Amino acid sequence: MSELGHASSVSRRSFLGGAGVAAGGVVLLGEARLAGAADEPEIVGPGSVAITLTVNGRAREVRVEPQVTLAEVLRGPLDLTGTKIGCDRGACSACTVWLDGAPVASCMLLAIDVGTRAVTTIEGLAQGDTLHPVQVAFIEHDAMQCGYCTPGMVMSCAALLQRTPQPTPEDIHTAISGHLCRCGSYPHILEAMQAASAARKA
Amino acid sequence: MANDTLRVEKFPVGIASVGLSEIERRIPADEPPPLPVNSALQVIGRPVHRQDARAKVTGAVRYTVDVKLPGMLHARVLRSPLPNARVQSIDAATAARQPGVRAVLSIAPKDAILRYVGAPVAAIAASTPAAADAALRLIRVDYAPLPFVVDPDAARRPDAALVYQPGEQPSLAVAEIPVASDLPLIGNVRGPDTQGSRGDIAQGFAQAEVTIEGEYRTQTQTHCCMEPHAIVADWRADGLTVWISTQFTAGVRHELAQSFGLKLSQVRVKVAAMGGGFGSKSQLGPYGRYAVMLSRQAQAPVRLVFDREEEQLDSGNRPATWQHLRIGARRDGSLTAISLVEYGTAGVGVSAGVGNFAQTLYACPNFAAAQHDVFINAGRGSAMRGPGNTPGAFAMEQAIDELADKLGLDPLALRDRIDPSPVRREERRLGAQRVAWDRRHKPGADAGRIKRGLGVAQSLWGANIYTNASCEVRVMRDGSVAVLSSVQDLGTGIGTILAQVVAEELGLQPEDITLHIGDTDFPAGPPSHGSRTTASMTPPARTAAWKVKQLLFRQVAPTLEVAPEQLTASNGRIAVRNDPSRGMTFRAAAAGLRTDQISVTEARRDDYGGFRRRMGDAAVAQTDIGGVQFAAVAVDTETGAIRVERVVAVQDCGRPMNPKLLESQVQGGVLMGISYALLEQRIIDRNTGHVMNANLEQYKLVGPREAPPIEVVLLENYQGQSATDAYGIAEPANIATAPAIANAVFNATGVRLRTLPMTQAVVLAALGTLPQRT
Repeated sequence: MSELGHASSVSRRSFLGGAGVAAGGVVLLGEARLAGAADEPEIVGPGSVAITLTVNGRAREVRVEPQVTLAEVLRGPLDLTGTKIGCDRGACSACTVWLDGAPVASCMLLAIDVGTRAVTTIEGLAQGDTLHPVQVAFIEHDAMQCGYCTPGMVMSCAALLQRTPQPTPEDIHTAISGHLCRCGSYPHILEAMQAASAARKA
Repeated sequence: MANDTLRVEKFPVGIASVGLSEIERRIPADEPPPLPVNSALQVIGRPVHRQDARAKVTGAVRYTVDVKLPGMLHARVLRSPLPNARVQSIDAATAARQPGVRAVLSIAPKDAILRYVGAPVAAIAASTPAAADAALRLIRVDYAPLPFVVDPDAARRPDAALVYQPGEQPSLAVAEIPVASDLPLIGNVRGPDTQGSRGDIAQGFAQAEVTIEGEYRTQTQTHCCMEPHAIVADWRADGLTVWISTQFTAGVRHELAQSFGLKLSQVRVKVAAMGGGFGSKSQLGPYGRYAVMLSRQAQAPVRLVFDREEEQLDSGNRPATWQHLRIGARRDGSLTAISLVEYGTAGVGVSAGVGNFAQTLYACPNFAAAQHDVFINAGRGSAMRGPGNTPGAFAMEQAIDELADKLGLDPLALRDRIDPSPVRREERRLGAQRVAWDRRHKPGADAGRIKRGLGVAQSLWGANIYTNASCEVRVMRDGSVAVLSSVQDLGTGIGTILAQVVAEELGLQPEDITLHIGDTDFPAGPPSHGSRTTASMTPPARTAAWKVKQLLFRQVAPTLEVAPEQLTASNGRIAVRNDPSRGMTFRAAAAGLRTDQISVTEARRDDYGGFRRRMGDAAVAQTDIGGVQFAAVAVDTETGAIRVERVVAVQDCGRPMNPKLLESQVQGGVLMGISYALLEQRIIDRNTGHVMNANLEQYKLVGPREAPPIEVVLLENYQGQSATDAYGIAEPANIATAPAIANAVFNATGVRLRTLPMTQAVVLAALGTLPQRT
């Protein structure tokens, strides 16, 4: 669960492992924190459950099957398709969003496990029409080609600048390690990030 | 305007860094005047931002996987769990009755042979992906296992299990690659294909004073597009609309019309944004047909998106090869004979040859090729970035390096003698300067554990063109301008480049141009494979823009009281050539149009100097596209790890249209080459026939940490061949990387690695630390 940065005992991996692939099976959620639920074991499913997600500053109520990931909920009922699914197994990081400001792979997190934590997606990064400095730098330095990995890259890069305003190239490589770009935009992403941090300094 | 009359024009020719001259060409009378060199232009050749960049960094851009239609169903495909099996029985009745299931498609009926793990068996469309998955598991299939073979060496043995029984034939259809149709099939081996052989090979070797030979192995590589293969098909009584992640909208329209008995005018194919295409998305593909059939059956739109495992098993791959290369030369380096024997495997498919690389790169009077397809029980190969030439270059460019070493010649000096290309000669000079080649040490000269080296390799790619490539340019009464074509943007930025071309001609800025591309309701564009999109699309875009400008001039001329021929368009104004104060803004000029819009559609014309050859709509220009890459590596002789520390890529693409986008694409080509050289490899278990790494965790792709600084040097090479003189870059940038790294490893260690990928185990085995693997 280190990739999620919190203490819930249910991950998608353990869920799938434990529950097998029988769709609609009964799920014991352990310590998972549901919106408004007490911290005690609770049985969720079969069938959909109502949850409230805080996405880009707005409370969004959705009904989801217990086995559905955050990535699927964002892209499906919430129609926030900027978040991309590349591998659906946490190997490519295309699906990266922020959970309370920290980047996570949304394909590896069950929607019912998000709880009250604030979700920020690529659609919520700009302030109105004003782009985030990382977005501006990505445009300036052509840090993309097909653009499919770009939302995830931008989210990880923006999180890095948030916590380390003057990152070294090593910091940048660490921040985007685990992100795969088949078009090979890493050199331009490095350039963009160095420019974005220099712009902040100025 | 008739184009059957010709006029004579003078075009700039030559490599800008060497020196330019002029050439006279006879061109169609209604072609625009020659485009000056980039330094004399306002928009073309400038590092303009890609037009959809903002949409991409905000997540607003929509890919095929993002398409949602009312009532859309979700399809999943049942796939074979066995490497070779006959379907004894199949029963989908229970599955069909499940809640939410709307259509069931039988793909492999009783007695069908399934030749690889992942071969499609049946497909289901249901109201949700989960419902489709659940129903899929209720399809009962009784498979009769058959003997199988997944190892290419084992498949060549006379007692090997047969992938195709006598009388059976694999499909010869491979996009982009011509396939010989009449080769013998013995066991699992189809061939030899001796195409391209010339001269007298025995005599050539008799004349040789030095001979080298070696065996090279290259692995199966998968495309790994970040957006999987994806389609949404919407079958309706009045026609078919398809959204598909494709490299060829117009080609998919043809395939759909043919497969489903529809008129071209009834089929619409769309792709808004495209999440990567490296050869495997050139055709509709079987999966595309399944989606359409399911949509027709269910009378509802159907979405079919591969998961990552399906991508790795059944969406195409770069064939593995075994190559034996033998080269004879005189002491002065001149080549007397090249012999290539190759056995490649494209799984159950054909066309695993290594292209024409060894045949055409260097001057040599005698060449003999014997290339073979070896069938194994694995997913079908397909074109992948520089098909044939990429594995071909790994062998050939190492062999030339080895020959230089044996002759005591510098590898660049040897190439200066045997490579007739003036383009690559200049590229070698520029690159050598950049990397300080003259300070390169002797092989294995570094003491200590970490050994560094510098290597070079060359690339060759045909300058491909598609003449069935059209583009419309519209000027609207409010002064807005639109470019329309079905051409698709894979991430190369072709839309931006078309906007640059039209803006240059109309005296506007690229952001003034609205793009409508990736939709067959617009004039048909070319396929984006073979690095042909820029070469095919920019000339008709310029010609159309130039002609629409003439229409605009004709309407404006009376107001300005001059002849239309006296007008020019620049800096957002239409003005009199010799008296720029007399004029009006482009917008004011458009406001005077008699109709809401004026429009011209143009198609790609033949190159002014003619083509080297033509095959239907496809053609090859007189000159090739050349590139030279230099790699600096550090080899850890204790762990066997190779680190690429720097790459200098010197590339030709005719006239560079947008250096920023070109740099992105060349860096991408180099990185895919590093990935090919060091990391990627599909691994199949010989005992079960299953792919062991059908995912992105264990199938290793190059990541940011392995990405070295990549310096891109672009040649400005004018040939006076078309209205823009521009060619492609995607594939040429990928071909030379792996051999450049291998040659650098030789320079570092004195040991030659002839196997891809050059993993730590391969390095340690070559260094003698570990036993050779078999």
